[in-house]
Amino acid sequence: MDDSQKKHNISLYVENKPGVTIRIALVFARRGYNLESFVGSPAQDPRYSRINIEATGDSKTLHLMLEQLNRLVDVIHAREYTDEDVIQKELALIKVRCDNESRTEILQISSAFKCRNVDISDTTMTFQVTGRSTKIDAVRKMLDKFGVLEVVRTGKVLIARGEEETSW
Amino acid sequence: MNKKQCTAAAKLIEILKNQGVECIFGLPGGSAIPIFDALAQSDMKLVLTRHEQGATHMADGYARSSGKVGVALVTSGPGATNTLTGIMTAMMDSVPLVVLCGQQLTTNLGLDTFQEADVSGMSYPIVKHSFLVKDPEELPSIINQAFHIAGTGRPGPVIVDLPKDVTSAYIDEDTSGEFSLPGYSIRKEGDPKAIKEAADMISSAEKPILLIGHGAVISGASREVKAIVEKMQIPVCNTLLGKGCFPESHDLNLGMPGMHGTAYANMALCESDLIISVGSRWDDRIAGSPSDFLPQAKKIHIDIDPVEINKTVKVDCAIIGDAKSVLDSLYGYLEKGNTQRWVKLIRRLKREYPLKYKKEGKLRAQHVIEEMSRLTKGEAIVTTDVGQHQMWAAQFFKTEHSRHFLSSGGAGTMGFGFPAAIGAQLANPGKTVVAVVGDGGFQMTLPELSTAVNEKLPIKILLINNNYLGMVRQWQHMFYDNRLSGVDLVGNPDFIKLASAYGCKGFRVKRSADVRKVLNAALEYNDGPCIIDAEVEKYDNVFPMVPSGAGLDKMLLSMPRKKLEKPKGGT
Repeated sequence: MDDSQKKHNISLYVENKPGVTIRIALVFARRGYNLESFVGSPAQDPRYSRINIEATGDSKTLHLMLEQLNRLVDVIHAREYTDEDVIQKELALIKVRCDNESRTEILQISSAFKCRNVDISDTTMTFQVTGRSTKIDAVRKMLDKFGVLEVVRTGKVLIARGEEETSW
Repeated sequence: MNKKQCTAAAKLIEILKNQGVECIFGLPGGSAIPIFDALAQSDMKLVLTRHEQGATHMADGYARSSGKVGVALVTSGPGATNTLTGIMTAMMDSVPLVVLCGQQLTTNLGLDTFQEADVSGMSYPIVKHSFLVKDPEELPSIINQAFHIAGTGRPGPVIVDLPKDVTSAYIDEDTSGEFSLPGYSIRKEGDPKAIKEAADMISSAEKPILLIGHGAVISGASREVKAIVEKMQIPVCNTLLGKGCFPESHDLNLGMPGMHGTAYANMALCESDLIISVGSRWDDRIAGSPSDFLPQAKKIHIDIDPVEINKTVKVDCAIIGDAKSVLDSLYGYLEKGNTQRWVKLIRRLKREYPLKYKKEGKLRAQHVIEEMSRLTKGEAIVTTDVGQHQMWAAQFFKTEHSRHFLSSGGAGTMGFGFPAAIGAQLANPGKTVVAVVGDGGFQMTLPELSTAVNEKLPIKILLINNNYLGMVRQWQHMFYDNRLSGVDLVGNPDFIKLASAYGCKGFRVKRSADVRKVLNAALEYNDGPCIIDAEVEKYDNVFPMVPSGAGLDKMLLSMPRKKLEKPKGGT
């Protein structure tokens, strides 16, 4: 694959303070790097937050940006996890058009992917799907032909396996 | 009121004193009144400036010349936005500043209230760090953090936004100023393995050359550089900001390389087999096109900031650490090589390609600067503005000591030189301070003449007056068929009358024969600042010149006959 189109997973452990998000986003924006997803929430210790970023761009630039992220005073650690064996999950809500004829088939597909049906109306069904991002892409693709009305994704979150601490 | 309480503003001044601050450069306004009120009740020196940009450049000159943290104090909104140029200037050149900004009441933030601006938000890309103090109890800790961050590691500017209700609030006098910064660490000592590897590369190199940058100046590595140069017989070139770390009068010094560097420095770099950068960041003024910068030479990079490693120029060996400490360890591993033939070649290059300029005809800027350098014998602190005169100062003002040549390198901020000289003179009252400025840049910050006159600072303002924005005119001449656009400074004031309006002494020099006499008179005048208006040749160009984006081997020693292509580099 073209290196400039490579997707990177970055996990950060940062101080839970105002402005941290902007400082991080600016590092990417200044180099013209697009953020695909950005998820942040307080960590176990509420003085800190964990942030997961998925971004597209070349590896050399990313390496420089990781150093620039680590240079930020509010960033404790920033680390790349692309191609590493960690637990990665994402959640999506998918709203699909349905009628009496298509409903059964849609339910079969959703059950094959272990989706949860969270809302149903005469003309729509909404599913919650969790798993790797590739799985969510696959569900979405299967449902496309029925008419996908909306998709809301949380963005990828990751955690290290076993005793290892994430983004350290 | 509890007896043991004081205003947060009073506590602020107390902490500044504890941090060793001797003077503050600033200009008040509504939101900053509580802080100025606390200043009035203390013995802290305030230098009242005429513009907030001036305050930041003064704090910058103070910091660069002394190694201490410079402090500026301004009000909210326009007061704070006026500091942004000075802050960016300090950021680009790693200068430790703490900029204290007044701010609207915390309850008014984000409501477009009078003189309210999101200063922290605006500053993010150009500061080392910034703080907005919302809780008066946190002020002591935050101010200490600001000084710690600004002054340690790779130094840089820190903004502290101080809402009026916060500085007016009463806090316990003994509120703790302790802090912890888990995300901020500094690697002082280099990795011994990398140092050993570098030592082997240096010991076995036949044509090594040192490139000394601002990092070496900041860490105070003069002695360590000299020890290595003398043990190993390695020639030295210095970046614009590295001037003085290793004496420019030394036999093995080649001066500044790069776009307007000396011919012998550029030639030596092109011939070298190993370049050892100490605290320089391979700026594009030197590297031209960084991706193919001198492929024949191996490169060692010593820098305290990991971001700089392989940022533009790919290096063969990197040592992350403080220059002084790294060089000190490196020295122990070095084994004397044989650079005799190399040093011989260096001496020949220096002899055959000296810096030169026309001595006949009209007065030349180079002549004035060279004479000032001669008369001050490397003991003056020199500040410059940005443009042709800056490059001539870099070439002809021989610098012998660290922190004696202050110039806006990375940012290229016109208007820097004169206010920086004010800061430098305040930090070094016994020294001769010369501000080499152009007629363009000087007019950007000249209201600070009031400040210099009030403080009775004997600064020599050496005004290289060619009635042009000369560097842009040079580019238009060389690369744009001499279509001059927006460079003729028609309407310049009479600078001698201007000086007199400010109560400042003025000298004028128009003829080469008068240079020494006039400069001597100016150097002897110490009752306050003086302007030396040197009316120089209007159409002179700076040479050597490496067109922007080109390799050092494309250096021009004079104006070529044939038409030049437009340069590939940015500026």
